[in-house]
Amino acid sequence: MSIVTVQLGQCGNQIGHEVFNALCSDIRGTHGFCSQKENESYRDSCRERFFCEQESGVPVARAVLVDMEPKVISQTLSMAASSGHWKYNHQSHFCQKQGSGNNWANGYSVHGPRHKEAIMTLVQKEAEKCDRLGGFFTIMSMAGGTGSGVGAFVTQCLRDAFPTSFILNHVIWPYGTGEVIVQNYNSVLTLSHLYRSSDALLVHENDVLHKICAQLMNIKQISFRDVNQVIAHQLGSVFQPTHTAAGGSDYSRNPLGDLMESLVPHPEFKVLGLRNIPQMPESSLPYSTFSWPGLIKHLRQMLIANATMEEGIDWQVRPPPPGSSSHSTTKPLHFNTSIANLVILRGKDVHSVDLGSFQDPSLYTPWLNPQDAFNAWQTPRAFNKYEKSAALVSNSQFLLKPLDNIVGKAWNMFASKAYIHQYTKFGIQEEDFLDCFTTLEQVISSYTHL
Amino acid sequence: ALSLPFAVGQCGNQVGCRFWDLALREHAAVNKKGIYDEALSSFFRNIDTRSGGNGPDIYKGKICSLKARALLIDMEEGVVNEILQGPLRDVFDSKQLITDVSGSGNNWAVGHKLYGYQYRENIVEKLRKTAEHCDCLQCFFIIHSMGGGTGSGLGTFVLNLLEEEFPEVYRFVTSVYPSGEDDVITSPYNSVLAMKELNEHADCVLPIENESLFDIVNKIHQMINSGKLGSTVKQNSLVTSSAGSAKTLQEKPFDTMNNIVANLLLNLTSSARFEGSLNMDLNEISMNLVPFPRLHYLVSSLTPLYTLADVNVPSRRLDQMFSDAFSRDHQLIQADPKHSLYLACALLVRGNVQVSDLRRNIERLKPSLHFVSWNQEGWKTGLCSVPPVGHSHSLLALANNTCVKPTFIELKDRFMKLYKKKAHLHHYLQVDGMEQSCFSEAVSSLSDLIEEYNELDATKGGPRIDPSRLKIAV
Repeated sequence: MSIVTVQLGQCGNQIGHEVFNALCSDIRGTHGFCSQKENESYRDSCRERFFCEQESGVPVARAVLVDMEPKVISQTLSMAASSGHWKYNHQSHFCQKQGSGNNWANGYSVHGPRHKEAIMTLVQKEAEKCDRLGGFFTIMSMAGGTGSGVGAFVTQCLRDAFPTSFILNHVIWPYGTGEVIVQNYNSVLTLSHLYRSSDALLVHENDVLHKICAQLMNIKQISFRDVNQVIAHQLGSVFQPTHTAAGGSDYSRNPLGDLMESLVPHPEFKVLGLRNIPQMPESSLPYSTFSWPGLIKHLRQMLIANATMEEGIDWQVRPPPPGSSSHSTTKPLHFNTSIANLVILRGKDVHSVDLGSFQDPSLYTPWLNPQDAFNAWQTPRAFNKYEKSAALVSNSQFLLKPLDNIVGKAWNMFASKAYIHQYTKFGIQEEDFLDCFTTLEQVISSYTHL
Repeated sequence: ALSLPFAVGQCGNQVGCRFWDLALREHAAVNKKGIYDEALSSFFRNIDTRSGGNGPDIYKGKICSLKARALLIDMEEGVVNEILQGPLRDVFDSKQLITDVSGSGNNWAVGHKLYGYQYRENIVEKLRKTAEHCDCLQCFFIIHSMGGGTGSGLGTFVLNLLEEEFPEVYRFVTSVYPSGEDDVITSPYNSVLAMKELNEHADCVLPIENESLFDIVNKIHQMINSGKLGSTVKQNSLVTSSAGSAKTLQEKPFDTMNNIVANLLLNLTSSARFEGSLNMDLNEISMNLVPFPRLHYLVSSLTPLYTLADVNVPSRRLDQMFSDAFSRDHQLIQADPKHSLYLACALLVRGNVQVSDLRRNIERLKPSLHFVSWNQEGWKTGLCSVPPVGHSHSLLALANNTCVKPTFIELKDRFMKLYKKKAHLHHYLQVDGMEQSCFSEAVSSLSDLIEEYNELDATKGGPRIDPSRLKIAV
């Protein structure tokens, strides 16, 4: 099954490019640490999922590029083409000249409807090229105007046009001390709208990624390219082919469906966080050795203590003792309660890994059986030169505090009515804002009371 | 997305002239192959001159003849004629000029009411023609001074006109405010009458004060002449410099000061013209820096003012650039943003600067700045890969800050000194369409604006009470 990626705005397009780069580079690499047969099967599966073949032999990304100004798309297309290893379909993009001015209302109410037909035609074309459509993956930031506003609108259109397809939104949360002054408004508007049409939101936070670049990757002068490459690595570690428990020896053919089924049992809980271990500069890889027990132990504690990377984990945080009430007020402080978790293992000796510690019922809210709340995928084929690596996709309280912060700041600004005239100018009224705040306060409340 | 500058009046045209010259220099430095590209097209058309200047636009391929997208308006011929006889003569054609002979006599009423009425049709027609050649017009720039008659009066008339004819296109105004020692006695009248128009019809105003430009020029001269051992200033990096520009020009007394303003405009539009990892378009500036429609006055600062030829420790020099942007002597008006209240702040960085440099400096400088309670962490940032000529990096800071208030208060005081005595009022009132109420309304508008800033200042340092959040039934 194939996934169609929709890249929206500057952020979405810059990240999308790094993702396809990482996927392509991974399958071209020979350090699979596995049999040739396994390697070929992996490569074919990845190709089917993300690329389509052309006569020239250069794989073409299954992607639609959307932006309201031309510079970024133009750069993205040419960078991909000059790599020589993959490219975009140069017809598969839509851009304008104006930009959205960081204005969600401009993106959602003006650009979206105006260009709906053109954009959806491109999406339809890509979808038709897939033998079997596995769903849509959209990449956007929620701080600006296009990724956020046009992105929210397009997601709605996707839902209307493809009612039975899976839609996963990859959303970038901006740095806390702004990149855009109205970012909190744009975020509240985006998240509340996506919640209605999307199956799940997979979140990356710039502040977290920045720390990973500084402390794990040892980068001195961190650029957005560096940040995007960390994202690409993390996404690749989730979406490159794997075997699910049920799937037997073939690679899973329905990654988005499997993801939703594992992680989103209830439509009120759609916010997914992502952790990856280990992460280090490529130059350090040859000198490092890893053990599965060590990796799993760290990953589990990252989950429980809500640590964003493998350094600085608070080992004091423990799950509540068995038999204690599951009411949130008696839970130990800082403990991250989960609804469901998915662990993905790649590399040597994956079959030997003991994941029992992730099935501990005290990690989870009691609605699901622990066996259902936890799933694992694996492949012996190593990813991106890491001999052993593990990813965790979690539907838990990971993003509760950041979400609460964003809503708090947005509300604070809304109370003073600052910048509201910029939105009402394009048709988003105060009542619309209130609806969005209400939606998100509900989400916050639901996650708080796990 | 395209910007269309209007230079109105003597000051406006002198600055405009510097702007076009430096723009050509900037694009020449980047565009080595002589191809007409997207970046160039934001300010210049490419004309096929074989058909004698009326040729069609060439959208791709080699540069043939570049024509500035602009309108030059002056009610005296002197400045515009000089431009047309100088090295920039091929960049403009007669269809872009509107001139008269007698000038406005430093009288806002003459500029606004008399010439406005007289030239309205002409301006609209030329404006439409120029706009026709722009496939996507995003922004108008008006460059003018406030203290005289044409720039101030006719300039604000044009502002009104733009709002009527093209309501969706953003209107940015770069206004040079007169200093206290201005030799035009009626400059306070002209300025306050113009302020009312700016209050009501501009999307964003960048006020500039001659005193600040003058101080910056002196600072640079001191630096050059101080003979600091081992440090040579790169001539073409001076924010005041015309060196290395299209052709050699005779430097006139205001040229160095005007170059600063020209550089301001170049930097403001750099991210819309050149690529970068975090683009910042002009409509984003308006969106992020104007929280309430009337509070649209932005204090600007440019750093560095020059580059030293010898190699310094890069990151220290970079951090110094950020610090300087917030210092009083780098502001383009007489203001001290650090001690007043920020409503919003934008940082547009050019050159080899990455997001971590931005974040590090914001974290470092934030504690010493006062932000309004509902925007404690509001920063708008942009990263453009292409630095200005002669620099490895540069920073433009735009602040919506209550430190503009003193400028407005002083202006009002100077106005009232004259108005109480009714000095020179008859020169204005004898112009058709001009009444005493124009004056009282104008000063009232200014007073209201000052009051809005006062109210904001009153909140500074006060207790922070966050509004209670919506409660959800569990």
